[in-house]
Amino acid sequence: MTTAQLIGTDPGWISLVKGLLIFVVCVLATLMSVWGERRIVARMQQRLGPNRVGPFGLVQALADGIKLALKEDLIPKAADRIVFVLAPIISATTCFMSFAVIPLSGEVTLFGHKTVMQLTDIPVGVLYVLAIASVGVYGIVLAGWSSGSTYPLLGGLRSSAQVISYEVAMGLSLVAVFIYAGSMSTADIVAAQNQWWFCVTLFPSFVIYAISMVGETNRAPFDLAEAEGELVGGFHTEYSSLKFALFFLAEYVNIVAVSALATTLFLGGYHALPGLGFTESWLGGWFTVIWFLVKVIFFFFIFVWLRGTLPRLRYDQFMKFGWKVLIPFSLVWIMVVATLRVLSQQGAPRAVVIGFTTGVVLLVLAGSSLVESAKKRRIREDALGEVPAPSFPVPAIPGKSTIKEVIRETEQLNG
Amino acid sequence: MVNLALEVGKTLQPEAIMFWILAPLAVVSALGMLFVKKAVHSALLLAWVMITLAIFYIAQDALFLGIVQVIVYTGAVMMLFLFILMLVGVDSSDSLVENIRGQRVASIVAAVGLGGLIISLVNRATLGVETIGLQDTNSAGNVQGIAEELFTKYVWAFEVVSALLITAALGAMVLAHSTATKSRTAQRDQSIARFRGASLATAAGLPGSGVYARHNAVDVPGLLPDGTPAPSSVSATLDARGDMLTTKPFELEVKELEED
Repeated sequence: MTTAQLIGTDPGWISLVKGLLIFVVCVLATLMSVWGERRIVARMQQRLGPNRVGPFGLVQALADGIKLALKEDLIPKAADRIVFVLAPIISATTCFMSFAVIPLSGEVTLFGHKTVMQLTDIPVGVLYVLAIASVGVYGIVLAGWSSGSTYPLLGGLRSSAQVISYEVAMGLSLVAVFIYAGSMSTADIVAAQNQWWFCVTLFPSFVIYAISMVGETNRAPFDLAEAEGELVGGFHTEYSSLKFALFFLAEYVNIVAVSALATTLFLGGYHALPGLGFTESWLGGWFTVIWFLVKVIFFFFIFVWLRGTLPRLRYDQFMKFGWKVLIPFSLVWIMVVATLRVLSQQGAPRAVVIGFTTGVVLLVLAGSSLVESAKKRRIREDALGEVPAPSFPVPAIPGKSTIKEVIRETEQLNG
Repeated sequence: MVNLALEVGKTLQPEAIMFWILAPLAVVSALGMLFVKKAVHSALLLAWVMITLAIFYIAQDALFLGIVQVIVYTGAVMMLFLFILMLVGVDSSDSLVENIRGQRVASIVAAVGLGGLIISLVNRATLGVETIGLQDTNSAGNVQGIAEELFTKYVWAFEVVSALLITAALGAMVLAHSTATKSRTAQRDQSIARFRGASLATAAGLPGSGVYARHNAVDVPGLLPDGTPAPSSVSATLDARGDMLTTKPFELEVKELEED
């Protein structure tokens, strides 16, 4: 029985229970991840982080949430009232919706009913997630516009441009997965990774997805929509109290959602690590949920790690990276994948496949070395321009008399 | 949710209920789109109409079409939204001043004509007939069915449309493109200019604004090591607006210091 058929046998109340479970898990995950993020970042910065409320400070996020809810709820005079209230609602509802198609476990028994922990399985599951994500951006853009003030508007516009650009790269990175899985349903994609996870066989796609998922969720180093150094708080500058809490919730649920999608598409979903397949039947199949959570937490850690180590990108560099690097690269990669797929399906001899792969690798290497040498030439031309004599005393460098020679020297050192 | 909608598509009663809830909403928001004052509200209502249409498609067993409708149209409405913000202005409302001569008459004629076409089309629709062949077409799966039609029977039309779209995109780029009259100074050029310029005084950046015991803000110049104020430490905008303060009241009385 396929997953879709298995879910089809669910009575209505089982679906309700599953929906409720997903909601509760997501809200709990938000509380835990806020705590986790603060502790991990604190550790990276040689601090302790929240450790007062509850054991290890575990309920700090809950306390903060309650405090936030009790704050005064302001709506600025210049704001467009309806849209201003609507925006956080859009953000906070859409972020939960993508979990409907994420398979959280293998076959399990829920209240004596055999099923899987997945609310529904549709043949276009991954596209559904993309659709929900594109509706979710409206929350941010509308918040920016309706606040009636400059910084939120800038944040909202940045975010719309950002999400549109990175969604293209994200969609393209998924195409290779569709080609290899032969399906767009999340359950089928997990099933197709029985042997090899797609993060191994489709490594470039995995890298592109991992980069664009950070861009898609507005997280550091791509958090230009809420760059606090430039835009105060970005799109949510004017929000307070529960409305702000909703945006906060949406951000963290979105992180968990894209991590869950990454797990499903590239890390074998709820399957155990290679060689530990026997654990999948433990606890009547419920152990697969733990594997799933472990992988999601791994991605979450990467998110926090990035935030703790990388500075924010400049906006034009960020857009340039998306359009001039990620998208062309994924287009070429899709063509390579499609060709390989057709070759293997038509039973081409191994020599042809190897020849094709070598050809592609050589072409890529040649192209990148051309780009590199052009870049080096430009730097050399820049460096050998006229250098004025310094108007202040500089420490003498042994054997060098002019700055020009120093530049030449460093250039040679750098190759 | 979607599963539910799929089930709805198969049984008549729930589909009818959904239709009678969503259809009036769609019509009301479509009308609202025409009558609301602010262009952004219009765009929002359009997005809502598109999403209700997508739900109808899904209820009619066209799952792929429904989902793609959401992806494509929410993206498109987002673009519309940006056009409104960038071309018309953030707080734009409809203006009733006629800019083009005869526009009102021409648009009424066009609207009546389009309305006539739509009414005649709707009149020719046959209602209450069982659908035939839907099961057959969807037998290999909805997506697979569409893919087969699109890439075999309609491949030529598909390619022509895509070529047309690419041409349109290129055309838009060529029309909008203008050659820069002078090269833009990027961060890198500015950095080079700081070090290659006549003086290295600002190589480490401009001085910061004043930090004094009685006034610590961006509107007061800082003092250079020789005690003179540095106007370059205050934003040129503040200076132009006349909001820049003088440093005099905040400086230390040098005489007093010497006496102490």
